[in-house]
Amino acid sequence: MESNKDFFRRLTRYYALYTLGFIVFLCVLALLEHEGMPRTWIGYLFLFVTIGLYAAIGVVCRTSDVPEYYVAGRRVPPLFNGMATAADWISAATFISLAGGLYLQGFDGLAYIIGWTGGYCLVAVLIAPYLRKFGQYTIADFLAARYPGKAGGNVIRILAVCATILISFTYVVAQIYGVGLITSRFTGIDFSIGIFLGLASILVCSFLGGMRAITWTQVAQYIIILLAYLVPVIWLSAKHTSVPAPPVAYGVVLPKLTAIEQLLEQDPKELEVRRMFQARADDYALKLATLPQSWEEGREEVQRHIDEVKRNTHASLAEIKAASRMLSSYPKNEEEARRRWNEARAVALARAQPPTAQTEPFPGRDAEASDIKRNNFLALVFCLMLGTAALPHILMRYYTTPTVAAARKSVFWTLFFIMLIYLSVPALAVLVKYDIYTSLVGSSYAHLPDWVYYWANIDKINPLVAIHDVNHDGVVQLSEIALDGDIIVLAMPEIAGLPYFVSGLVAAGGLAAALSTADGLLLTISNALSHDIYYKVVDPSASSQKRVTISKLLLLVVALLAAYAASLKPGDILSMVGAAFSLAASTLFPALVLGVFWKRVNQPGAMAGIVSGFLMCVFYMLHTTPAFGGSAAGQWFHIAPISAGVFGVPTGAAVMVLVSLLTAPPDDGVIALVEHIRSP
Amino acid sequence: MDSIHAPSSADAGHAGSHRHWRHTRRLTAWLLAIWFLSTFFFLYFARALDQVHLFGWPVSFYMAAQGMMLIYLAIVVYYMRRMRRLEQQFHQEQGHGE
Repeated sequence: MESNKDFFRRLTRYYALYTLGFIVFLCVLALLEHEGMPRTWIGYLFLFVTIGLYAAIGVVCRTSDVPEYYVAGRRVPPLFNGMATAADWISAATFISLAGGLYLQGFDGLAYIIGWTGGYCLVAVLIAPYLRKFGQYTIADFLAARYPGKAGGNVIRILAVCATILISFTYVVAQIYGVGLITSRFTGIDFSIGIFLGLASILVCSFLGGMRAITWTQVAQYIIILLAYLVPVIWLSAKHTSVPAPPVAYGVVLPKLTAIEQLLEQDPKELEVRRMFQARADDYALKLATLPQSWEEGREEVQRHIDEVKRNTHASLAEIKAASRMLSSYPKNEEEARRRWNEARAVALARAQPPTAQTEPFPGRDAEASDIKRNNFLALVFCLMLGTAALPHILMRYYTTPTVAAARKSVFWTLFFIMLIYLSVPALAVLVKYDIYTSLVGSSYAHLPDWVYYWANIDKINPLVAIHDVNHDGVVQLSEIALDGDIIVLAMPEIAGLPYFVSGLVAAGGLAAALSTADGLLLTISNALSHDIYYKVVDPSASSQKRVTISKLLLLVVALLAAYAASLKPGDILSMVGAAFSLAASTLFPALVLGVFWKRVNQPGAMAGIVSGFLMCVFYMLHTTPAFGGSAAGQWFHIAPISAGVFGVPTGAAVMVLVSLLTAPPDDGVIALVEHIRSP
Repeated sequence: MDSIHAPSSADAGHAGSHRHWRHTRRLTAWLLAIWFLSTFFFLYFARALDQVHLFGWPVSFYMAAQGMMLIYLAIVVYYMRRMRRLEQQFHQEQGHGE
């Protein structure tokens, strides 16, 4: 077998060639576009070439060997493991929504950037090296060995598997949803077909080669993600400033943007539009206050309007249709009217607010509102960081390095590669905002750019972009623009007037981000089921061949389930991804960290801690989320449900310590294991 | 089943690994303190720094968007290097002890 160094050199050569090949592919497409190739063809080419590429890597790396399948033979060099983990980490949400969040929320959106990088400090010093030293296959393996009871650790193993599956499944559904969204938007194929296309590539990869194929595919995907994010941002920086380095360039743009923001805040036309939205909100408030009378009056009015149109013999078919559509879309009953008018009122109210300042931390009407924002920001950062350090699909990767030192180094590379992209995320948000504020705002409605029409027509029910001349002056005001956050990245090349192949590249990057994360998550779930449940609990005498086969079968089942769940387009599940971080932090984080740093913690303590942390977290979410029958009035210290981990983690940790102290200390075997993990 | 290496039988090795663990723990505590202060302490007072500008950047925005990330990377790098040295030290001592 070749040495690690030769292996590293060979890999570097392959990936250098691959990157070069991809750049050539980009140049060819740019040329083809110049020669007049239609847009849809460019979209198809990007979609099929990249998906085919990932599948091909999966075929080349196929394996049935247990260590290869579960931990890629434990010989992934730190640099490549870092790249693969970064691709695993950068999900559809990060790629598509992070910049949009920053665009819409300003400073508040930075909580994700801070939380998702700061968490790696905890991974580096508290978890990764010790897991690698322990050297098995899954997170449940570690918890079961560290907390064996009389039943031999299986109780805790099953708890850990349940937590792993719960966390990973919501996450994977969101990724597959993202795959469907991107493919359908860019190629015009049906959402569900898009899902199954993406799924096919995921399956070829993880099904044939497990962790090994996934790792090498993810490295390839990372390179595409990086190019897809950096090429347009660098282009944009060069367009607006003289510095083509985004993290520096947007420092030049920021003061200009702030100046425009201040101008727009006081602009009389803007004020006029905002007042009109305020009036609209007041109107809804009045209707809500006079329910059910207002609902009946409204319905009668619509009915009268229809009769009038029908009586009028000159009315065209379209007019009659429009009138009857008004009736069919009118709230069916008082209940629905209350819900929909409340929503409409909230939307109008939000649009009546002056634009959020990009750089001001925690803006609020008064000191109290600002304090609440700050506390929520801190709580969210806390949950995201601890959640990052407890996500099974990320931690599992640190089993794949050759040594403990390599695991530490690989955390460094992970953070480095994540940072390469995250440093440019705020730059993207600021530069796109500057572009929109300077070129779209103040332009005439007669000459709206093409991208507005294109993106407004993709989803008619919830339009991604809506621009209406509210005050009928023929000029676009900032307050008249409603943008969905997701559009910031996906439409950015068009907004900035870049050629279409850049849009295709961005779509390919988003697809790579969603696929790479889905790959890792699916493998984590199927490994938890096959390795931890089937092999460790049900049939410990299973041959290694059988274990890998079972794992592959389960992978197929889980993937199909996830695709099915995603094809139902569950809106709520997307918001649950944020909740996954709080859940991971509350259930797994205390057990993982105390397991290494405190010898005294024992099985009853760990079990009680995991269960109580989980219950606390779930209770708070249910208690405060209106969709689950709770209400925002039930919030403690005004903390939003997404940050439930702020209560879950301390509860879990405190219960873990208390119960451990009240029960017998762990036996000598466990102490020996802890000493082994700690020693170099 | 899970194979766990028995801890090295020599008492010298034992004392060595205890010392190594003490060093590791202290390093971990220090780095976590820096991590905590640079994140939560700073963010708590971010509003006060909003009016301060350095090279055209509002300090609080710069820190949140880039500065903290760089601190985190520095923490991870320092930990990686320091631990490598601690491990080398440990292995040298073990070598002398036998």
